[in-house]
Amino acid sequence: MPRITVTVDGVTYEEEVEPRLLLVHLLRDRLGRTGTPIGCDTTNCGACTVMLDGRSAKSCSVLAVQADGCDVLTIEGLAADGRLHPLQTAFHEEHALQCGYCTPGMIMAALDLLKEDPDPSEEAVREGLEGNLCRCTGYCNIVRAVRRGAQAMSGREVSAS
Amino acid sequence: MIPAAFDYVRPESLAEACEALADAGEDAKVLAGGQSLLPLLRLRLSFPSTLVDVGRLTELHDIRDGGDHVFIGAGATHYDVVRSPLVNAACPLVALAAATVADPAVRHRGTFGGALAHADPAGDLPAVAVALDCVFTARSANGEREIPAAEFFVDYLEPALAPDEILTGIRVPKLGPGWGYHYEKFHRTAQSWAIVGVAAAVRRSNGVVEEARIGLTNMGPTPLRARGVEDALRGAGIHPAAPDDGGADPIRDACGEAAAGSSPPSDLHAQPDYRRHLARALTHRAVRAAARA
Ligand SMILES: Cc1cc2nc3c(=O)[nH]c(=O)nc-3n(C[C@H](O)[C@H](O)[C@H](O)COP(=O)(O)OP(=O)(O)OC[C@H]3O[C@@H](n4cnc5c(N)ncnc54)[C@H](O)[C@@H]3O)c2cc1C
Ligand code: FES
Ligand code: FES
Repeated sequence: MPRITVTVDGVTYEEEVEPRLLLVHLLRDRLGRTGTPIGCDTTNCGACTVMLDGRSAKSCSVLAVQADGCDVLTIEGLAADGRLHPLQTAFHEEHALQCGYCTPGMIMAALDLLKEDPDPSEEAVREGLEGNLCRCTGYCNIVRAVRRGAQAMSGREVSAS
Repeated sequence: MIPAAFDYVRPESLAEACEALADAGEDAKVLAGGQSLLPLLRLRLSFPSTLVDVGRLTELHDIRDGGDHVFIGAGATHYDVVRSPLVNAACPLVALAAATVADPAVRHRGTFGGALAHADPAGDLPAVAVALDCVFTARSANGEREIPAAEFFVDYLEPALAPDEILTGIRVPKLGPGWGYHYEKFHRTAQSWAIVGVAAAVRRSNGVVEEARIGLTNMGPTPLRARGVEDALRGAGIHPAAPDDGGADPIRDACGEAAAGSSPPSDLHAQPDYRRHLARALTHRAVRAAARA
């Protein structure tokens, strides 16, 4: 079985994996990082979005072997020193979730968007999150939360890559 | 679902990848970004014996200026293509279409070559490749060969690649000055595939269309070229303003035959007659926008 090395939320792991093991299953079933959910079988929903070497990726559509040597950031790596990341706080304050199933993916996709566009328009947020589906909220509060999080983030440097 | 088991190899060079693919036999598959292949594996619609991962072969990632063409390495991601200053300057139609593919996370991993090798007629890039007469380069352990776009798309999900061949890149001809471009995609939700799409390149001078190139997405088992419309457009006058008032519009008239010779699919989203209507309406929009771009 292939042996891989991955860094997840700052911790480096060495794992033996079957080639068919998906990155999301490595995160959830092997490493216990169940903060990253699985919402579909078709790469459509975006619930499983993580940062892979600094860019958003749907972890259900990456093999663990493809992530060999890579740096993975999940929703669980965002809070620092017991303090929520500004995007997490903004989702909380803007009431940007109901069941919360899509939230980890929404936040990771938003983080990616804000790297390219630190002050996105409403339209830019909607486009940036086009790969993430929410069955509950109707998106309005999510868009508001991302813009609010963006403002908060421009107020202070955030370490997340 | 969890994919069925397969072997995995990650060669260090293109030459090694060709060997590995030849050794692994007919049921092996190339893995690039995995954004089409992994969903198929997860749905257990595909059962390759071995995946040969070319995702890290930097020699496939190049986007370079070839003088009269731009060479886009098969491994360049949609994200790379959309952001490439060279592509945007020299063959903007490619960037316009690639920007409509899927969503940001999929564009980070999905590759230009993978999208073409997948040969899905609903994909946005195949229609661009046929409209621009791109040339595909493929390599196997036996050497390299070139395949013109007109011969590359054999049938639904069937490219003109042998099982042991790796697509290495695509030459996109530079059309030169005077051309305008547009990709018109019709779909219901943001990240979804085109119900119908139209890629248009139009050369103008003195207020008339001199030459046009039109590719159709999802109007048959392969991407199509709307040759009848291209011929009919020659010499058509370009209105300065949008004539949607039903008045005389030579461009609209020329686009009336856009669906001729097509065999559009019937699915959940649309029946063939509706797709034919879309082909006409979207070709008109695409040509009008390209003519004014
Ligand atoms: C949610 C979602 C929405 C999408 N929406 C769109 C859309 O709107 N428009 C669109 O055009 N596409 C869309 N796609 C598909 C996307 O364009 C994929 O990136 C692309 O089709 C495949 O590229 P890949 O590098 O991921 O290839 P892979 O998935 O790795 O491979 C796809 C196929 O091509 C073969 N292949 C790949 N590279 C090579 C090579 N170098 N040589 C030989 N064979 C090769 C593989 O063996 C496989 O058969 C979507 C995908 C998803 C998941
Ligand atoms: S689980 Fe739905 S996109 Fe990954
Ligand atoms: S909050 Fe329930 S899916 Fe988005």
